[in-house]
Amino acid sequence: MEQKYKKVAYYPGCALEGTGHSYSRSTKELGKALGLELEEVKNWNCCGAMEVKNVDPKLQTYLSSRVMSIAANEMGYDTVMAPCNGCYHNLKKAEYDLENDPASVEVVGKLSEKAGHQTYEAGQVETIHALDWIKDSLGEEGIRARVKNSLKDLKIANYYGCMYTRPRHIFPEKDKGEGSESTSKPHYMDDLLAAAGAENVDFPLKTACCGGAHTLSDSDTSTRLVMNLIRAAEASGAEVIATECPTCHSGLEMHQIRAEKQHGEKSNVKIIYFTQLLGLALGLSPRQVGIHENVSDSMGLLKEKGLA
Amino acid sequence: MPIHEKSLIRPEDLVEGSGEAHIIDGVDVSGHWSTFIKSRVVKDYNEDMEAEIAALPGGEFIHRCWQCGSCTNACTVNAINPDFNPRYWIYLIRTGMEEELLRDKDIIWQCVSCHKCSYTCPRDVLPEGVMKATAHWLELKGHTPKSHSTVFDEVFAEQVIKTGKIEEGRVLRRFLTRTGQPLLQGWVLTMALRMIRHFPIKLMIHMGLANFIHPRTSGWGRARAAIEEYVEEQEAEHRKALKLDQPAE
Ligand code: SF4
Ligand code: SF4
Repeated sequence: MEQKYKKVAYYPGCALEGTGHSYSRSTKELGKALGLELEEVKNWNCCGAMEVKNVDPKLQTYLSSRVMSIAANEMGYDTVMAPCNGCYHNLKKAEYDLENDPASVEVVGKLSEKAGHQTYEAGQVETIHALDWIKDSLGEEGIRARVKNSLKDLKIANYYGCMYTRPRHIFPEKDKGEGSESTSKPHYMDDLLAAAGAENVDFPLKTACCGGAHTLSDSDTSTRLVMNLIRAAEASGAEVIATECPTCHSGLEMHQIRAEKQHGEKSNVKIIYFTQLLGLALGLSPRQVGIHENVSDSMGLLKEKGLA
Repeated sequence: MPIHEKSLIRPEDLVEGSGEAHIIDGVDVSGHWSTFIKSRVVKDYNEDMEAEIAALPGGEFIHRCWQCGSCTNACTVNAINPDFNPRYWIYLIRTGMEEELLRDKDIIWQCVSCHKCSYTCPRDVLPEGVMKATAHWLELKGHTPKSHSTVFDEVFAEQVIKTGKIEEGRVLRRFLTRTGQPLLQGWVLTMALRMIRHFPIKLMIHMGLANFIHPRTSGWGRARAAIEEYVEEQEAEHRKALKLDQPAE
């Protein structure tokens, strides 16, 4: 059988060029190490993140559609891989709306024409998350066979956040029974990290909210939500919270610091991208996967576990 | 989780009996009793409120609600503030009880868009959208000033529309300036210092230079013009639906 997702269009999005840089770096390194090719979407634009939809949801649909149009019509791809939950969510949402809502199709058609590029049509590409990318191309077996530096003894709480699973209707491929991803109890990250040898703790808040949308506009609420997550992770015995979204990741880092500075609430769990953890297991160095670029300083723990 | 429901009885309408003389609404009710609830007649229904909120993006499906309460039960913000109650607000909007809704006007914008409500709602109301539409309605009608959330959305969208991309540092600075907050609050500074300690020089230069060389999507000009025209049209429609800008009678 031909391997899935051997070569896909890569949509990093704005966060991965800024605070989420280590996610981008580790994703690319992981691709190289696994023999999966990524080609960046040419001249891409922002998907609208969590904000543009509040100004106008159809504008957000247009922004996402332009990215998919370039991948499909200018680069000839049928798969776009977006590691950021926000980008992934928005492209999925655009796909759903363009398939089901004639008013969105009309607005996207008009804007694309005026902007001077081909209009994206529903079905031209499949949008996948970095988790789907690894899970469906190599799977647990593929990871297990390549582990050089097992994550054994590393206790991990897997945190997926909101945008990866909600609302359910924009993810028609999920909840399809065995093997598929679940929207209520997602497990792709758990599966991959377990294959790399990690010990996944029983973390009850996998899909709870970190308050990312209001990280700056309502910081007290965000700090409370993040500290709920961190406390629950620590109570579950986790040493690391594994993340798969730059907004969640930097929100956790930011509010962990804010809780300490502003409320004297200290916590010790480390925040690390799942791509960084997988990379370390495959024998990449901490520098290659950008551990030094994380705000959460995990070098001590990684050394202790023989991973650095 | 049990749902805390706010009572329609207001604290100021509760009279504790003390055995002393009491005159309520001109009627002598002196005597020994525990609590008296003053009657209150609601007559200021705003019959247009539901249609107006439904005309704003996100509010489209409010009419589907059958008041099961699942949204409130699942809500992230409700768990930290019991007064944040999407089911109750949808009820007030649909029955036109504007005055009651206005009592909660300062917290409705706090919805964090986690979509737990939309996930659980059996009627596809998409309550998250209703929260956003309601928050915008309150602002457009002048009941509340623009929330920090709205200011952030605007700063963010402006930059995307202008250049096709955003640069986080720039959005942060604009947002703090526009909301009158100091640029370097203690914890922001700590974050920045830790970033400088760990970030590779190349990326720091990139982010520093971004003050002068902004990331942008090339050839974005035509998209920008089309989007600006579209957003203006939409804004005009919303104002019309809310009967704003009407010539004075
Ligand atoms: S879950 Fe849906 S139907 Fe139930 S109260 Fe909330 S909005 Fe209404
Ligand atoms: S999206 Fe908003 S209203 Fe819905 S559950 Fe989350 S915080 Fe509550």
